[in-house]
Amino acid sequence: MSIGLAHYLVVSTIVFVLGLYCVLTRRNAIGILMGVELILNSANINYLAFSRFGSGHYDGQVFAIFVIMLAAAEAAIGLAIVLGIYQTFQTIDVDATETLRG
Amino acid sequence: MSGLQLGDVLFYIIAGFTIVSAAGVAFSRNIVYSTFSLMGAFMGVAGLYVFLAADFVAVIQVLIYVGGILVLMIFAVMLTHRISDVRISNRSVARLPSLVIIAFIAGVMIKTVLGANWHRVAPGTPVPTTYAIGNGFLNEYILPFELASVVLLAALIGAVVLSRKELKQP
Repeated sequence: MSIGLAHYLVVSTIVFVLGLYCVLTRRNAIGILMGVELILNSANINYLAFSRFGSGHYDGQVFAIFVIMLAAAEAAIGLAIVLGIYQTFQTIDVDATETLRG
Repeated sequence: MSGLQLGDVLFYIIAGFTIVSAAGVAFSRNIVYSTFSLMGAFMGVAGLYVFLAADFVAVIQVLIYVGGILVLMIFAVMLTHRISDVRISNRSVARLPSLVIIAFIAGVMIKTVLGANWHRVAPGTPVPTTYAIGNGFLNEYILPFELASVVLLAALIGAVVLSRKELKQP
């Protein structure tokens, strides 16, 4: 059985659930951001797999580039916020930053 | 055609490398190990992009993720942790319920993926994609392209505003 669409979708599903596990369990803000990056990468694998096996057109690649661009913006803003939290609370444990909890 | 072909073997190696690295990101107890596993995951995903005949996206992945985002993350890790207590810096909570949840989600998604009747076309021979992508950016996708540049400018200014020191008013 040669490599087809399903192989890539299974790989991206596994990467997605590992990123989801990261987001669910980590209490370190940078760890959560790493999980988000894994999830975005799995979405990109899906875009490219459907672009190659589903449409035969390059649309999926263009959208993958947009996703990478937004991921770069997200990482820059997210890490700036993390550094701001560290300056305020002296920790980046998300359980410690509960000042806004009612 | 009997037996595995070289391309298939390479695919399985790269896919396994990607999944093991992603598992390292998810399960490692040390944030520094997680960060370097993330580099392996990004490189593995770039390899998968090459298999999907997306040469330009693979190069962009290496340039932006490995060269940009990962370096930014390593900076953030080093700036926010006293290196002495880095051992306990990546604690996880609620492991067991999360494992149950993600196993359930993975089962449902993989069952759906394998059972669905996807619309397929026969993949053509891989050709260089830069010409088509550049044409698309300047014709069909010109509006999202310009919007993305505005978003990047806003992100740049936002990051500077968030991370600068407050100036004391004279």
